[in-house]
Amino acid sequence: MPNGSTLTRRTLISSLAAAGAASVLRPLSPAGGRGPIATRPIPSSGEALPVVGLGSWITFNVGDDGPARDSCAQVMGTFFQEGGRLIDSSPMYGSSQEVIGYGLAKLRHPPQLFAADKVWISSGSRGPEQIEESRRHWSVPRFDLLQVHNLMSWEEHLPTLFAMKKAGRVRYVGVTTSEGRRHPEVEKVMRTQPIDFVQVTYNALDREAEDRILPLARERRIAVICNRPFRQGALIREVAGSPLPGWAAEIDCANWAQVLLKFIVSHPAVTCAIPATSRVDHVRQNVGAAYGRLPDEAMRRRIASHVQTL
Amino acid sequence: MSEWWTYTLADIKSFTLATYYRLFELHNRAIWPAQVVAVALGLAIFALLRRPDVRRGRIIAAILAACWLFVAVAFHAHRYATLTWSARYYAWAFGAEAVVLLWSGVVRGRLSFERGAAGLAIYLFALAAHPLIEPLIGRRWQAIEVFGIAPDPTAIATLGLLLLAAGRVRWELAAIPLLWCAISGATLLSMKAPDAGIPLAGGAIVLVLSTSRTLRRRRNVEVSSVKT
Repeated sequence: MPNGSTLTRRTLISSLAAAGAASVLRPLSPAGGRGPIATRPIPSSGEALPVVGLGSWITFNVGDDGPARDSCAQVMGTFFQEGGRLIDSSPMYGSSQEVIGYGLAKLRHPPQLFAADKVWISSGSRGPEQIEESRRHWSVPRFDLLQVHNLMSWEEHLPTLFAMKKAGRVRYVGVTTSEGRRHPEVEKVMRTQPIDFVQVTYNALDREAEDRILPLARERRIAVICNRPFRQGALIREVAGSPLPGWAAEIDCANWAQVLLKFIVSHPAVTCAIPATSRVDHVRQNVGAAYGRLPDEAMRRRIASHVQTL
Repeated sequence: MSEWWTYTLADIKSFTLATYYRLFELHNRAIWPAQVVAVALGLAIFALLRRPDVRRGRIIAAILAACWLFVAVAFHAHRYATLTWSARYYAWAFGAEAVVLLWSGVVRGRLSFERGAAGLAIYLFALAAHPLIEPLIGRRWQAIEVFGIAPDPTAIATLGLLLLAAGRVRWELAAIPLLWCAISGATLLSMKAPDAGIPLAGGAIVLVLSTSRTLRRRRNVEVSSVKT
């Protein structure tokens, strides 16, 4: 987990190790001849983060099912191999944290991991205990990012998270919401609290965040993580029956997942999207959206209107 | 939960249908051959229903209580809790049902049975048809749900037996099984499961029959009090 602001020796070693691991796992480099993976700087530090991360809601909640855990570990391995870094989870996601911990151990803790988790408990005093339990599940020395899940008791949790950041026990602090809920309160937090990240729902159909949250994030220099990029897969199922438009090739998209993800990550305020999947071929497609050309404003409008008609 | 009106069934989904079905497969494998014992106990209840015996109420209540306790511990607390935090509350609820069955049916002996087609049909459905329907809708046979082992057939069978209970409707015993049918149905619906209708229909039928029986009894009491 590199220190964000500058290219340190540790960052360099980590990156070289990651590249080495990837070359062992696959003949091609993560870029695979596609050029470098697209990244966005975290505004508060300048640290570059690949624009596609990995969510774990539903897909990684497989309990203690051994083969299913192995399959999730394979998804994680492919994600890292393709150049991904940020994995996001929450204590609310059932066994997902433990499954991520299992996968990380199996992959020998890839150094490029950017570990993002949440605190989700109504009692502020029990927050540190929950965070510690989450950390044990992941088996990481510390989280890179800790977010207050769905703004639950944020007034109580944020002081704890800021104190942890000051003590070097977490690198970034944020808040989350989903499906357009409580945006006025999210705005309030963004305006009044020194948070590094905000996580909201944003995709080609759910665009409420464009009105106020995304402009405010740019103004306040807050990184934005976009959840539910495919509306829990429903959006992909909606468009799957339609042929991929010819213009998709103009932005180097080979499938609908990449079109939908490129729409999200091409917004200038967005730092990364976090699609969740339990399939290796899908994670490969998803991270593929972080390569090649991104749509310009005209193309973004075209994607949104096309998806709306489907 | 703020803005609760914006939440839909999809929001309660926290695992995939494949993971949920696989849970029963792992459960069945872990507890084998408890299924054989459970089905034998189910058949014993059926045999007791056909034979007048003063002790049968107590015996049936004891068997049901054992089944509810087993599901509470082996399924909810041990297995389902790996997928959802809410399973620990389900475990307590199933444990509470076992205690109420023991108290009312075994200790106080307040559970006796009479003949009834609807109750018997629902009981036999839960015991024999429920596990057979599941492979027909594409579920692996290793993942079937068996009475006394899995929550849905246990709840539906209990509701069928409670329809056969003599006297007033035993709402204090039916409340948790009815609630479970609603929760299980909603969980399955959120994942668009083809078998979501089983607990929902089972619970709804028993609710309608029990309510109409309660209303009929109340009317009869009113008529008899007017006559006297």
